Amino acid sequence: MTLQRTSAEAALAADYAARRPVLFGATKMRDDAMARFLEAGLPNRRVEEWHYTDLRARMNEAAPLRSADAAAIGAARERLTSLELGEAIVVVMLDGEFNLGLSSIGARPQGVEIGSLATALLDPANADLIAPPGLGEADSIVSLNAAFVQGGAFIRIPANMRVERPIALVNLLSGGPRHAAYTRSFIELGVGASATVWEISENSGGETQANDALVIKLGDLAECDHIAQVHHRGEKSIAVHTLLATMGRSARFDSFALVKDTGFVRRQMFARLEREESHIGLRGLSLLRGEEHADTTLVIDHAAGHCESREFYRTILDGSATGVFQGKVCVRQGAQKTDGGMKSQALMLSDDATMYNKPELEIFADDVVCGHGATVGQLDDNQIFYLQSRGLSRAEAQSMLLQAFAQEALDHIADETLRERFASEAHAWLSMRSKA
Amino acid sequence: MLEIKNLHASIGDKKILDGLTLTVKKGEVAAIMGPNGSGKSTLSYVISGREDYTVTQGEVLLDGVNLLDMDASERANAGVFLAFQYPLEIPGVATMTFLKAAMNAHARANGQSELQTPDFMRRVREAAQKLGVSQDMLKRPLNVGFSGGEKKRMEILQMALLQPKLGILDETDSGLDIDALRVVSEGVNALRAPDRAFLVITHYQRLLDYIKPDTVHVMARGRIVKTGGPELALELEKSGYKDYVGEAA
Ligand SMILES: Nc1ncnc2c1ncn2[C@@H]1O[C@H](COP(=O)(O)OP(=O)(O)OP(=O)(O)O)[C@@H](O)[C@H]1O
Ligand SMILES: [Mg+2]
Repeated sequence: MTLQRTSAEAALAADYAARRPVLFGATKMRDDAMARFLEAGLPNRRVEEWHYTDLRARMNEAAPLRSADAAAIGAARERLTSLELGEAIVVVMLDGEFNLGLSSIGARPQGVEIGSLATALLDPANADLIAPPGLGEADSIVSLNAAFVQGGAFIRIPANMRVERPIALVNLLSGGPRHAAYTRSFIELGVGASATVWEISENSGGETQANDALVIKLGDLAECDHIAQVHHRGEKSIAVHTLLATMGRSARFDSFALVKDTGFVRRQMFARLEREESHIGLRGLSLLRGEEHADTTLVIDHAAGHCESREFYRTILDGSATGVFQGKVCVRQGAQKTDGGMKSQALMLSDDATMYNKPELEIFADDVVCGHGATVGQLDDNQIFYLQSRGLSRAEAQSMLLQAFAQEALDHIADETLRERFASEAHAWLSMRSKA
Repeated sequence: MLEIKNLHASIGDKKILDGLTLTVKKGEVAAIMGPNGSGKSTLSYVISGREDYTVTQGEVLLDGVNLLDMDASERANAGVFLAFQYPLEIPGVATMTFLKAAMNAHARANGQSELQTPDFMRRVREAAQKLGVSQDMLKRPLNVGFSGGEKKRMEILQMALLQPKLGILDETDSGLDIDALRVVSEGVNALRAPDRAFLVITHYQRLLDYIKPDTVHVMARGRIVKTGGPELALELEKSGYKDYVGEAA
């Protein structure tokens, strides 16, 4: 069953054939992935998981890959300075490629392995690590990423090591003509290791097509805080982000994502809780306006019992923006005593905005506690009146309630510095609105 | 100070205030009593500018200025304060942040500079102590999870900080225990001043034992049907509203 290929799909097929000889390593992984991609095509409305985010319709043309030139590197260096990454260990991918010159990994603790994915894949055994079997394999955009991946970070943290400084993974796309970039990074936390991973993904405006994947492998008792910042400006930009996480016994993974000023983004997270007693918390705040489209899709696979999963997403929508939340929690037959709770709450500031909420539970075990709630609402007039009756102007009252709505999501960020940083970004977004 | 003349207000098709006239002088404490559903809370909302109600006729003047031309925040900054019958919970808004925003809004509206933080903290702490509002309550989001009585104390705390010209207390006594009733009443009495007036809505003489009214007004079917001195409240306590509601039929 081959469908008629769109011109973007045909271009991707041709581009892959042309590039195959020059793409580094993992040829089998790439070929297999490309075959899966061509079988399925670009995700579209007829694919259930992509029903509300029709990438095939959005992606009229496939943009070419591009290697950063000196000007792009200079601009990236400036941007990195203005990002104020502080003490972080910084790994930079520019236009899809790992860039050691822009990275600063000198501060990594001894024993922590940080390098380029291309180098790591010289050892064929590592190819299995960056594509965990059964996780996101059916998703054609994950396949496309595996086929085209240009570069990424390859990080291993040895057992029982606590990495105090955050590890910043910065995926930058330079400006200029339309182009695409594919990265895939891998982080392994050994038994009892812990780290904070701070993922920043941004373009410099324009018609960029970014496809990033992050693979996280948590050993038994490992703990990871993951903070993601997505910032892909441009009405015609496309950003697709995939997180693939596997978790060992008593491991903890807490993730928070801030999405704002992004034209079109799909963030999808596939997590498998493979052993007992682990905890996963996925949370985020999306601030959308204009014509922006942001999709958060989660698939949590409770493969072992006695684990806990929590999802909490808040979305503020203005203009004619579109928000999508899809959360699927699967509890396998043997996964007794699973404790799952999922919430998605959206606040609509405009009649033209749209929010799609689709929580889903697939439960095959009988002794579990799982719940979900999804709400779409507006600011409460009674609350606005209460604040006004204390002298706050209507605009001040609205702004205070919006800040509060955002803050309740941001409060889940454990790291105080990052929490305050995100809070001030959210604040800036909201105050821009009240001035408008 | 407050002059309400022939006020008519409705919500949707439902007429609630029906030609209400009431005058409250500077320094006066006016009690309003009346059966459930007679429109007391509605009156308090209409004075403070809630938008759900449509005023179809009449005037509400505060020191000669027509309040009906202003929105709720302008009225608040002009000196109207409503202590709500059911104060709202505002999740995510820290109580202190809210108090500061309200006090600064008043300062700005009155051409004063905003409060310095230490000054603000001191004023809140003093007022809180008098009203038995704990530090723990001040640290929580506004009214969230507060007991009924705690919410009422918080309302009076806000009134003490904002120093209105006209304080409207809508059943502030409901939900207060015996000790809290005394503490809150003392808080209100401390605010009594020659240039400040109060409208005290209540069902019970109990509150009026503490906050002694100068005048008592009976409200029924959307208007004031009888006005008298403190003795009127005592009479109502004995005889109820049957003499007033009967006319409705
Ligand atoms: N939003 C509304 N929609 C419809 N009817 C309303 C609304 N608000 C008030 N009313 C009606 O208006 C009338 C007056 O209500 P109000 O709350 O002012 O009474 P009240 O005198 O304060 O009563 P109580 O002593 O029980 O507090 C009632 O019949 C009430 O049902
Ligand atoms: Mg009432």
